[in-house]
Parts: sequence; C-alpha cells; structure tokens
Amino acid sequence: MAEFTTKIREVENVSIIDLNGFLDAHTAPHLENAFTELINNKRFNIVVNFKELNYISSAGLGVFMAFVETVRDNKGDIKLSNMTAKVFNIFDLLGFPLLYQIFDSEDEAIKKFNEA
Amino acid sequence: MQQQNLHNKEKELIIPGKTENLTRIRDFVKETTLEIGFSEETIGNLQLAVDEWCTNIIKYAYRKSGNNIVITINWNTTKCYISIVDYGPPFDPQNVPEPDLEEYYRQHRVGGFGIHLMKTLMDEVQYTSIPGKHNQILLTKHLKKGIK
Repeated sequence: MAEFTTKIREVENVSIIDLNGFLDAHTAPHLENAFTELINNKRFNIVVNFKELNYISSAGLGVFMAFVETVRDNKGDIKLSNMTAKVFNIFDLLGFPLLYQIFDSEDEAIKKFNEA
Repeated sequence: MQQQNLHNKEKELIIPGKTENLTRIRDFVKETTLEIGFSEETIGNLQLAVDEWCTNIIKYAYRKSGNNIVITINWNTTKCYISIVDYGPPFDPQNVPEPDLEEYYRQHRVGGFGIHLMKTLMDEVQYTSIPGKHNQILLTKHLKKGIK
C-alpha cells in the first residue's frame, strides 16, 4: 500500500497542507478530502507544502485542477511550495507553472497572500 | 512482438489491476530497472510511465473488476522494453491528443495528463490490440552508452 498522509496547519490567515509520501490514484482521495475540509470551513488561502512528498502521478495533479477554481472563485488561491526537483519536473512537463504559483519556501508562499 | 532475439534478460509481474497495487507495480519497475543500470532519474520516469498506463487500465478499462495486469520487462545492451498486457476494452493512446492545460482549466477537466506524460517520458510507445483477447502497450527506453 502506498503511504501517503496529509496534515493541515494554520498560519495566520493561511492554511497549509503538508504532503508526505506517495501521491497516486490510490492515495489521491486523501488529498481531495483535505481540500474538501478546508473549503467546507471557508479556508480559501491554501499553501500546499511538498517537502516530504516523494512521488506524484497525474492522478495527484488532477486533484489540484479539481479544486483550484472553487478556491479562486472565493478570492483565495492554491499556492505550492518546497517541491523536490523530481516532483517539480512533472508539474513543469505539463505546464502547471502557468496556472499555479510555485515557491521555493512556504514562507514566500504565505507572504504572497499577505501582499495580495 | 519482434525484438530480433536481442534481449537476454526478462522479468515479469502478474498482478490484480487495483489501485492499491500501484506501489507494488512501481517497486517492481524500480527493482528491475536498477538491475539494468538506469540512473535514478530515468528509473523515476519509468515508474511514472508504467503507473500512468496501469492507472488508466484500472480506472477506465477494468473499473472494479480487478482483472490481472501482466508487466514484462526485458532488455538487451541497447534497449529496455516494458510490455503491459491487459484484458479490458481496447484503448489506443496514440489517439489521445496532447492536453491543452488552459483549455482543461476552462473545461474543469481533471484527467487526461497521464497518457501525455507516458508518451513524453518514453522513447517509443507502441500499442496493439487483439479484440476479445488482450491489449498490449510496449514502452521502450533506449540505454545510453556506459550502461551495462
């Protein structure tokens, strides 16, 4: 079984989702649940921290596509941070940097919300 | 499948097509391609390409049937071939256009990236279907000089 966990933290007005492990078609529903929980709680400023994510397939990428519009319609955003080169490469191959802001650090991503 | 008797080693995994087995599938690809001598980066790409195609079989061809998937990796000094056989309805990946991300965003589409990734990550992709029997995708990666 692929190991994958999410943890949600709050930093001021921003919610952080920490990803850990392997994000594939089997584990993607865990991430969907995390987004659903935040949206139900009207938390629309979201940073996803990829530091501990070892692997992502397109099933995982699809989760970001599924929620980003709802979040932006509510004047929030999904920003991404701390990707390893391997994970960034997959996002980059599909052109995701066009649609999502990707930061080296979580702090930079949080600051961007406060600038906006 | 014509490979001109060049291949000299082969490993096979027969596994029920369920998403919970994707880890085992990726581990099999890793163990075997490590033995071939690919770089860590290439191994990651091969794992992803195989994951994408197996995910496609599991989600769209098998749905919840859990029928078997047969993955065979064989290699020689110049090429590594990964064959994935399934017993679901045929689906030719060559007919899938390259995804337009902005268009997908507008259409709220969340899928369709996997096949593009697979084609991008592999050197060759060949698909054959024998109706009523099985389908096979053959993914090829060229070995660079210096790899045994």
